[in-house]
Amino acid sequence: MQPPDPANGPVPTEAPPRVAASRALAPIPSADTPPQASAPFSRVAVPNPVEAEALARAQAGDHQAFAQLYSLHKRRIYSLCLRMVSNIAEAEDLTQDAFLQLHRKIATFRGDSAFSTWLHRLAINVVLMHLRRKGLSVISLDEAMEPTPDDSPGRSFGATDLTLAGSIDRLALEQAIADLPAGYRLIFVLHDIEGYEHNEIAAMLDCSIGNSKSQLHKARLKLRDALHRFPRQEARK
Amino acid sequence: MTNDPRTMSCQEFQAHLPELIGSGENAANHPHVQNCELCRALLADLETIAEAARQLFPVEEPPDELWNQIESAIQKENAGPEPA
Repeated sequence: MQPPDPANGPVPTEAPPRVAASRALAPIPSADTPPQASAPFSRVAVPNPVEAEALARAQAGDHQAFAQLYSLHKRRIYSLCLRMVSNIAEAEDLTQDAFLQLHRKIATFRGDSAFSTWLHRLAINVVLMHLRRKGLSVISLDEAMEPTPDDSPGRSFGATDLTLAGSIDRLALEQAIADLPAGYRLIFVLHDIEGYEHNEIAAMLDCSIGNSKSQLHKARLKLRDALHRFPRQEARK
Repeated sequence: MTNDPRTMSCQEFQAHLPELIGSGENAANHPHVQNCELCRALLADLETIAEAARQLFPVEEPPDELWNQIESAIQKENAGPEPA
């Protein structure tokens, strides 16, 4: 059985529009920015009624309602997994694990945060557990948020590199993101690619908003370092 | 260390940058940036990276079969452990 497709019903978008990056660094919102997205805590303050109903029914054991929740959130969760592991088969396994975890734990959701935030946190834990099993240096969310000193980006003041000249090779950026330590990658993906706000990321990762801002900045600096090195590395090949 | 944005060093400005950017302010208007080519270049790079990231990775659709697998796994769990 396929779950119901929210595209055929009056279902609001399942996740925030990708506006955070543009708003953080450029003051002019992009054309695809719905007005409600710019209000902090908007998704928490204005619950999705379709999701809320499906959630209540799923918590009572309604399998159809659980399928509806899957339809609402599958793209975001799968995309997050794919971005974190860069492997389709692994991303599918992780998405399955995340929704199985959701099925086991859904009755424990009490609405202290937005459901999507709670589900993302659950999925992030599944991803980090997977990375730990693969032997990567991620033990917990806390450690993911505190990369080792060796992982820190270089300081920028005094750097003599010129700018990236307003353009970035897409493959270089994808590789640089894939090479980020998992904690930085997670923050960067959540904020700059998925468009989550710092307060939402703080809730997902159980860290402070300041920590989220700081880690995102370090991730961007590390990407900048990598992207500045990229042309020279390519030239040596 | 100075708190005057006009006279702060690059180190001081960059220490303040995560909060400045994260707050949604237009960091390019900061007085330090107006007079510092290095920090202007840094800011331009960070903007370029954030903008490029927005163009990456459109939201991906998982394969339809994935739901079937999840459904099977749920049914298996609901059925409980297989008898020995």
